[in-house]
Amino acid sequence: MYVAVKGGERAIENAHRLLAHERRGHRDVPEISLSQISEQLSLGVDRVMTEGSLYDRELAALAIKQARGDLIEAIFLVRAFRATLPRFGTTEPVDTGTMQVRRRISSTFKDIPGGQVLGPTFDYTHRLLDPHLAEEGAPEAPVTAEPLAVMPRVTDILGRDGLIEPSPEGDADTPVGDLTREPLSFPADRDLRLQNLARADEGFLLALGYSTQRGYGRSHPFAGEIRFGEVEVEFFAEDAGFAVPLGSIPMTECQMVNQFKGSATEAPCFTRGYGLAFGQSERKTMSMALVDRSLRARELSEEIKAPAQDEEFVMSHSDNVQATGFVEHLKLPHYVDFQSELGLLRKLRAEFFEASGRAEPLQEAAE
Amino acid sequence: MNATAYNFAYLDEQTKRMIRRAILKAIAIPGYQVPFASREMPMPYGWGTGGVQVTAAILGPDDVLKVIDQGSDDTTNAISIRKFFAKTAGVATTTSTEQASVIQTRHRIPEAPLRAGQVLVYQVPIPEPLRFLEPRETETRRMHALGEYGLMHVKLYEDIARFGHIATSYAYPVKVNARYVMDPSPTPKFDNPKMDDCPALQLFGAGREKRIYAIPPHTKVVSLDFEDHPFSRYRFDAPCALCGADDSYLDEIVTDDRGSRMFVCSDTDYCEGRQAAGHRGTESAAPHKERVHG
Repeated sequence: MYVAVKGGERAIENAHRLLAHERRGHRDVPEISLSQISEQLSLGVDRVMTEGSLYDRELAALAIKQARGDLIEAIFLVRAFRATLPRFGTTEPVDTGTMQVRRRISSTFKDIPGGQVLGPTFDYTHRLLDPHLAEEGAPEAPVTAEPLAVMPRVTDILGRDGLIEPSPEGDADTPVGDLTREPLSFPADRDLRLQNLARADEGFLLALGYSTQRGYGRSHPFAGEIRFGEVEVEFFAEDAGFAVPLGSIPMTECQMVNQFKGSATEAPCFTRGYGLAFGQSERKTMSMALVDRSLRARELSEEIKAPAQDEEFVMSHSDNVQATGFVEHLKLPHYVDFQSELGLLRKLRAEFFEASGRAEPLQEAAE
Repeated sequence: MNATAYNFAYLDEQTKRMIRRAILKAIAIPGYQVPFASREMPMPYGWGTGGVQVTAAILGPDDVLKVIDQGSDDTTNAISIRKFFAKTAGVATTTSTEQASVIQTRHRIPEAPLRAGQVLVYQVPIPEPLRFLEPRETETRRMHALGEYGLMHVKLYEDIARFGHIATSYAYPVKVNARYVMDPSPTPKFDNPKMDDCPALQLFGAGREKRIYAIPPHTKVVSLDFEDHPFSRYRFDAPCALCGADDSYLDEIVTDDRGSRMFVCSDTDYCEGRQAAGHRGTESAAPHKERVHG
């Protein structure tokens, strides 16, 4: 006698209850608060906001808590929430030239107007585990300095002499593409490519950017400038007839200066790769800038031969919410298809052994 | 961050309208993959987000919804999706193929014949039948536009040359309305003939790949084959061990580690219906069933 196994509603409910229990961890340990996550795991929050495409520190912290620190799961939570929000319009382009800079470095000039500002950085720390951090304790108060004056972007300095291609001018009559509202088709313009890269998995972009440095679509990059600080966000209100400030948010921008182009009719000049992200996200923006530049191969008449130059390959596989869903869907039952494959394979094997005159290694017990 | 009151069937009305437009276009061009602005759903990509969006867009308050995965109403993902609509749309749900007005499915077509007025919504992972022959979307769209399907026939021919048979056992390609080659989603090829001249509307949703396609009622659907290697269905040659059916697609159940196994209907509603009507197989027990709420 046989009773088929049923995947029950109760089993699902109990699994989720157990998950909530595991998420909480040992009940003797104080529960982590959203402000602790937001303040002390802030780079994780920045990543979830960037790849989740939603600037909201509190929601990102909540997502990280709910996801037990699994950042891709947290990004997924934020994305699913974001999809339910109404869309009022698009902001004015942020002016990173007027950023209230907290960190700004250039690898192309020793000194630049405004200077090199290290700011809060892991760079030049020795990666030695700090046993003091295992205990609670207040770090030394930071050294304070005069608020920094507005600093010109390094690429603007190069641009004045025409040494680098100008950034494309925005066209008010051409709306910016949005791949969350219109299905993506190829070839894709740079606005859509940059949107895709901004939402893309940091690890995926890191590996692709790295591959260009190792020769798979080399682009001779220099970190023209990386800056991190507060930028104003403005929204043009139709009713009011002018741009209304919505507030300021921290962002990181990376401008790569890349190998030059030129022709018989055009003077040679450097080209750009661009990266922009919420919060302090340097690895992300640097990788993004490398891949942005690689994906401009078609526009710059470069031969497309490396993965990082192939927009269909890059853009179709960069989204970690899509990727994790499809990889993990292999957990779902596939026994109907598998049965079909088994049937075919058994038939092919039977024919093989019949034709070769050899005996099948195992008799099929149920047949 | 209050508990948000979601719209009927979760999606906002603008999104539903956008999806309905895509569905209408899909019905107008049978088998053609219509791009649509797929939304991020609260379940993962690859777990039925395309089917869920199509269902959400067509569901009305009077509909009766059935959700199956591998033919069964009781698999975990089917339960999860059914609960999602019971919660967000408050529609009546059923496990009965006959009583349902909308059936969302993954990997199977019910055994009981569908009737006019019903809608079968398929969850589709990879909508492009040519994808594993040509990875580029720009290329495959061109091939469809030109009706250039030689590559597919070469693949099927190579199977025959290598194995003696067409070595595709599920997601077996079909030609719809004598025009577009279409992926029927990963249903076993046993189900392919049910798509032909079906009185119900068949809709296919691929969320991650952002495509919707359709087979309108009573459309000609032909499984690709050759004159000397005609299409054939596969079914394990045994009656169902629970209901004795000899015409249904069977799941193989491994019952011990010494090679024993049994075969039972993959369509649980069909099997239970037959058992309730007094049909018995070799392993029949009193039908056990967890009650489905909502």
